[in-house]
Amino acid sequence: MKVLVFLEHHEGSLEKRGLAVLSKAASLDGAEVAGAVLGAGVGEIAGTAGRFGARTVHVCDDPALEAPLPQPRVDALAALVAEEGFDTVFFAQSVLASDVAAGLAARLEAGLNWDLTDLLVRDGALVGKRPALADSVYVEVGWKGERRLALFRSGAFDPVEVGGQAQVESFSGRFEDFSLQATMVEQAHEERSGPSIEDAEIVVAGGRGLGKPENFSLVEELARELGGAVGATRAVVDAGWYPYSSQVGQTGKTVSPKLYVACGISGAIQHKVGMQNANVIVAINKDANAPIFEYCDLGVVGDLNEILPRLTELVRQRKAG
Amino acid sequence: MRIAVCVKQVPEGAAKRIDPATRRLDRAGEGALNAYDANAVEEALRLKESAGEGEVVLLTMGPARAADAIRKALAMGADRAILVTDDAAAGSDLLATSIALARALEREQPDLVLFGQQAADSDGAVLWGAVADRLRRPLISQVAELTLADGVVTGKRQSEFGYDVIRAPLPAVVAVSDSINEPRYPSLKGIMGAKKKPQETLTLADLGVESDRAGEAGSRTEVLALSEPPSRGESRRIDGDGAAPEAIIAFLAEKRLV
Repeated sequence: MKVLVFLEHHEGSLEKRGLAVLSKAASLDGAEVAGAVLGAGVGEIAGTAGRFGARTVHVCDDPALEAPLPQPRVDALAALVAEEGFDTVFFAQSVLASDVAAGLAARLEAGLNWDLTDLLVRDGALVGKRPALADSVYVEVGWKGERRLALFRSGAFDPVEVGGQAQVESFSGRFEDFSLQATMVEQAHEERSGPSIEDAEIVVAGGRGLGKPENFSLVEELARELGGAVGATRAVVDAGWYPYSSQVGQTGKTVSPKLYVACGISGAIQHKVGMQNANVIVAINKDANAPIFEYCDLGVVGDLNEILPRLTELVRQRKAG
Repeated sequence: MRIAVCVKQVPEGAAKRIDPATRRLDRAGEGALNAYDANAVEEALRLKESAGEGEVVLLTMGPARAADAIRKALAMGADRAILVTDDAAAGSDLLATSIALARALEREQPDLVLFGQQAADSDGAVLWGAVADRLRRPLISQVAELTLADGVVTGKRQSEFGYDVIRAPLPAVVAVSDSINEPRYPSLKGIMGAKKKPQETLTLADLGVESDRAGEAGSRTEVLALSEPPSRGESRRIDGDGAAPEAIIAFLAEKRLV
């Protein structure tokens, strides 16, 4: 099996989730694993991939790849796969990677499985595992045909440093006209204030159930007393209640703290994928039917306006005592 | 201006299940318009309304009963609908579905193709990427704000790093997020009028899709087995009485988290 792992990068370093998929691929029996780094001025960061199990890293350094847009990446990867004879291409799921993987699937007429949380080789064949229907059932999926593509859910694997060295090989891209038609007018730059929620041991997060933006102060106060960071759902970020850098979920951060306190969060699947790896989940919500009660360790049905201030006070007392 | 909106019929609410015999989604029960697609329909209607002209065409592939899902989108205000339905299309994966949709779109030649954020049944958020590649058109996905002026679409995309602004000339493919708008409810007049709107039913042969590129034969992925999800262990429940904060503290103390 000749595996290529698409390695996304942001602000001068390779994304951890891609390196995690690389580590997983390198651990498979009989897999020869290479990485692909596509961008402008990315030659120097590519070598990092060797430490996570890539024998080779293919680099396409081209101004056309400067913005994180999918279609020129489809062109570059399709050419690389054909030239080097890869039979398998893996992606860590993201907004960019999903679009690249889907375009590549059509281009190569290759099967694409998404949202995978595990992977194994059984009787010589690759088998993926995917939680489906809001995680109510687990599905084992396979591939038919010569080429296989897969997107892995964020947080499915951890990057494992094995300490090797990768050979960096450059290749040049040829781009389709239509692939260059979409252009980046303004690229996102992450604004960060305070400690990153990805590294926090405790996250207290708020959602629509807080009722109004001002009530986020209740979440902030509890987070401060617990020594944790503040998280938010996409709904409240889109509504402008809280900054994007705190968003937990499918298009936000993936967190795995020791404790996650979900305040007024219904717990839809888009949020769940970002926090389900927390050791302990406490949910407080006035809606007794909220999906989050299906997968929390302690569920409290009640009014946040009453519970949060008192809880914060109790934490304070306990610390003082 | 012609806007095509790709929509899907999904099993309604809690009725979703996978048939253990076929390992396909059980589509026998009540179906509904995929809620995420309502955002795409709404956005198409708004673009048409602000342009003061144009046509909104719905495109779906599914069993004949998928017409029920289309009816809601027609009631919201779409002008007409195309239903691709064929026994040979059952079990189509991403590849097979994208071929049929791309062929139908080539026939329509829309200026803009819209998709909703994801399918509520498969959790797939990839179809537009495959369709855009087959149509050889520029793509913008995860769009939380969309504007259209002088033959150019500008989309604000939410990615893992924040909001990007991306521009593309028409004809283009755009996938919108569910935060882009609040879909309207169909009016009584809209509901009554929906039945009279043109609905065209096409087979794979009508679209020139070869039988080995459709359904299971045309799919390159397969479902091998189903299993129960791992249990998270015991979950405790407190129904909010006055002592809830004390109970939470006791729980956190037991877990050595405070």
